[in-house]
Amino acid sequence: MAVAVVAARQRARRRPGIARVVGRVLLYVLVLAFTLFAVMPFYWMFLTAFKQNRDLYVGATVADHIPWIFNLPPTLEHVRLLFQGTPYLQWLGNTFLVGAVVVVITLITAVPAGYSLARLVGRWGQRLGIAIFLTYLVPPTLLFIPFARLVSVLGLQNSLWALILIYPTFTIPFGTWLTMGFFRSIPRELEEQAMIDGQSRLGAILRVVLPLSVPGILTVTGFAFTLVLQEFVYALTFISSVGKMTVSLGVPVALVRGDVYYWGSLMAACLITSLPLALIYNLFLDRFIVGFTAGAVKG
Amino acid sequence: MSVSSRLSRGGTIQRGEGLRLADRSDRLGALMAAPALLYVLVLVGIPFILALILAVSESTAGSLSFQFVGLRNFARVVGDPIFRRALRNTLVFTLISQGIVMVLATTLARILNTPFRGRRLVRFLILMPWVAPVALSSMAWVWIFDSTFSVINWTLRAVGLLGPREWLYWFGDPTLASIAIVTVHVWRMLPFSTVVLLAGLSSLPREVQEAAVVDGAGFFRRLLHVELPLLLPVLTVAVLFGMVFTATDLGVVYLLTRGGPYNTTHVLASYAFQQGVLGADLGQGAAIAVFLFPVLVLVAIGMLRVARGTEVGH
Repeated sequence: MAVAVVAARQRARRRPGIARVVGRVLLYVLVLAFTLFAVMPFYWMFLTAFKQNRDLYVGATVADHIPWIFNLPPTLEHVRLLFQGTPYLQWLGNTFLVGAVVVVITLITAVPAGYSLARLVGRWGQRLGIAIFLTYLVPPTLLFIPFARLVSVLGLQNSLWALILIYPTFTIPFGTWLTMGFFRSIPRELEEQAMIDGQSRLGAILRVVLPLSVPGILTVTGFAFTLVLQEFVYALTFISSVGKMTVSLGVPVALVRGDVYYWGSLMAACLITSLPLALIYNLFLDRFIVGFTAGAVKG
Repeated sequence: MSVSSRLSRGGTIQRGEGLRLADRSDRLGALMAAPALLYVLVLVGIPFILALILAVSESTAGSLSFQFVGLRNFARVVGDPIFRRALRNTLVFTLISQGIVMVLATTLARILNTPFRGRRLVRFLILMPWVAPVALSSMAWVWIFDSTFSVINWTLRAVGLLGPREWLYWFGDPTLASIAIVTVHVWRMLPFSTVVLLAGLSSLPREVQEAAVVDGAGFFRRLLHVELPLLLPVLTVAVLFGMVFTATDLGVVYLLTRGGPYNTTHVLASYAFQQGVLGADLGQGAAIAVFLFPVLVLVAIGMLRVARGTEVGH
């Protein structure tokens, strides 16, 4: 068997050079095509954010004005306007406030729940875990109508507290599911040893498991914050005054003068918000994938 | 504190009053799981039921009373041509975009599974559409499809695909607007499906592949009879999540077209928002949104089957 595998590999390696070169070229062409498709809107944000208005607002019917490049020197005017002439910084502040409180709520509920479902409640843990993860699938667009009712009963219309109350409904399920998988990957023996050494179960959790789960907790923090930053539907439903908007709501809805968008500043805001988020997300990507595919991929 | 003193302390407590709470794993487990479960139960479960109640009652955002009206909201909704169009659009947008995403994602995942220079950078770039807040990237697309300044139109004309008298008004024509919406959905969901599939591909046992090669199976036979069956659970996850995220999305349609032109591109979510929130008719909005429910049930069943399948497999 092993000999046969080696032979087959050698046959594959002895493929004629041309076929391999063609395969390689095809690979890079496809990579390039996919990458361009993914990145094009971000490149367009970048161009728009730094182009002078005279370079930006040239009708697409003008054939000899190439929109894909800077035809005039780039400018920081739109970025300056974004930070000084629009409530962008205030929206960022609102987003961070909501994000921070939601992250705290998520951590103090989801981390213990994740541990409990992974270790303490036995056979039911897995099922409850799946059930709680499925609630992550109940979309905002099904819930925003009853929430509109709830928010008006509580008198929270147009208040950031409405968002703080509601956002944990999707960060907790996701956080619980992620931490559940994380705690499973910590060997049971570590806690058992601590308990044999005289710690209570709770003591073992606090002194042995928690320090080991810092990466998991950071991951949950990262994702809860990302989800808050990306959320649009609830913010659109409950926040009406410009000063109380979050970034995801304010930028698309309020950077307008009458009917005219400030495209330069708007695209600058999109770029400045998206890029750091993408970098953070990339750090946690592997855990995120494990979260979604747990159960479907056999480790 | 020394180990022995802890041991003796634990011992006296055990003799005295049975196990402390801190040592009873079932009680402790229930206590630790309770806040999360309660939060979700109260703020997802109850609103969910409330959504069903609202759908059969007359209710406006201002007043607090419910008045049971039976299926009247549904009757009104089903007789509404805009609603029927929205229902059809939801299905069509979801199925077409997910179909395209699956074809592209299987290709892209296979590419990213082969080692090449710059693979990490490419993975990062390809993931960006999924990470960027959808409301913000939708605005970039609104600007890309702008009727006067569309860079797409400029490029199509530059390469000769658009004649000198032709012009595409992307959001002014129902078909073009639908194409724009599907494009944005594909763009946004492709990274997600790709990374999920990639996780599946990289977990495929090498020996199986090699055995198939040794047995003389060609590329397509390997793809059809070896890889696809092994990838099926991951593929299911990618498709199911993709369908939920697309079918229930409000941001893309709301920001691109607001349901226009002439209410031809509404989906259930955007129409529910327009009637329920902007029109302050919660009952009707809820009746529209409830039509998303069957999608969710199907997906939930699918997910549970995948989970069960692997449980048995272990």
